[in-house]
Amino acid sequence: MLPTPSTSHVNYDHIYEPSEDSYLLLDTLASPTETAFLRSQSPADSPSPLVLEVGTGSGVVLAFATAHAGLIFGRSDILTLGIDVNPFACDATRQTALLAVKEAWGAQQASGVFLDGVCSDLTAVMKPRSVDVLIFNPPYVPTANLPSPPEKYDADASGSSFDRDLYLSSLATDGGVEGMEITHRLLAQLPSVLSRRGIAYILLCAGNKPEQVMGSIRNWPTPHDGGGVWLAEKVSSSGKKAGWEKLGVIRIWRSEAQG
Amino acid sequence: MKLLTLNFLTCARKQCKSTAAAFPLHPKEAELEQVEIDVNPLFIKNMLPRLDWEAMKVLTQELGLPNLPAETPAAEELANEDGEPSQTLKDLHILLMETSIATGKLACGNCGHEYAVKEGIANFLLPSHMV
Repeated sequence: MLPTPSTSHVNYDHIYEPSEDSYLLLDTLASPTETAFLRSQSPADSPSPLVLEVGTGSGVVLAFATAHAGLIFGRSDILTLGIDVNPFACDATRQTALLAVKEAWGAQQASGVFLDGVCSDLTAVMKPRSVDVLIFNPPYVPTANLPSPPEKYDADASGSSFDRDLYLSSLATDGGVEGMEITHRLLAQLPSVLSRRGIAYILLCAGNKPEQVMGSIRNWPTPHDGGGVWLAEKVSSSGKKAGWEKLGVIRIWRSEAQG
Repeated sequence: MKLLTLNFLTCARKQCKSTAAAFPLHPKEAELEQVEIDVNPLFIKNMLPRLDWEAMKVLTQELGLPNLPAETPAAEELANEDGEPSQTLKDLHILLMETSIATGKLACGNCGHEYAVKEGIANFLLPSHMV
């Protein structure tokens, strides 16, 4: 077991607290099958891979990936970047990542290079085809309504801090119809934001109908840049519930080009 | 935010996404700070092939930093004969990893929209009529 980054500095009044889903992502990234897969997609001495987490919250997952880069990716020259719609989360992510990297240095572990936490709506701000590994723990809870879109958020101008915290926490959890409204938007961005060797890890719950989601990804059109077909597999799960796992992580990537 | 981060970002507006002018974003009224970070020579070497050198030249010029060489340094320029990190590598490390925008704005070269950077964190959220 690799140590989990410390998040004791994070204020959970307005930032999502690391939970079962976060820990499933940590275990997935550190699993023997995924570390082997990540190393085969971005072998040592290929250009440094960019690892992007969308919806970092406390930053625990991205900090883990950065601090344990040597063990997960087999190289210390990876770049990590965090995105969240919540400016408090961007700041917390930076602190969590820098702290975890410092501890890894102290323990003489090969850690990666943390870039920044930036505030954005999903991957809107990313340069096309720049991301080699994308990690997303979405707001996946099925809800009747979605919170209003994360417009330019002005912490000083909004109402009481209670309203603000309620709004920010709903952004972190509420997924609308089947809990998939935000995830569908992110999935639609993958073909343009992932590099040719790009991989996405997305956490889903049973209510998101993961088999159906994977089926539709496998039917995405063949990409124009370098060919291959889209693949999707479930790579981990936790908490059996009535035959369905409560939570699971799917991996999305592109096959080698044919012929 | 680190200058290297700008190598991976464009304007967040849909209409700008496919235009060349939306990259790189242009720093305005930027207050820079130097954050000391350990040098990782392997990282500089393997990150260099994906660095948009022309964009970095534009950024250093706009920020009034020392001019970069005309071309991306070759891998052999990054280490001295004794295998130690060269001055070229150290300079790149300082520019890309240690030089950060503490406060200021980032402007899109296509639509002109300016994004704020506060306490080192850039905010690319847009009002809904601009998405």
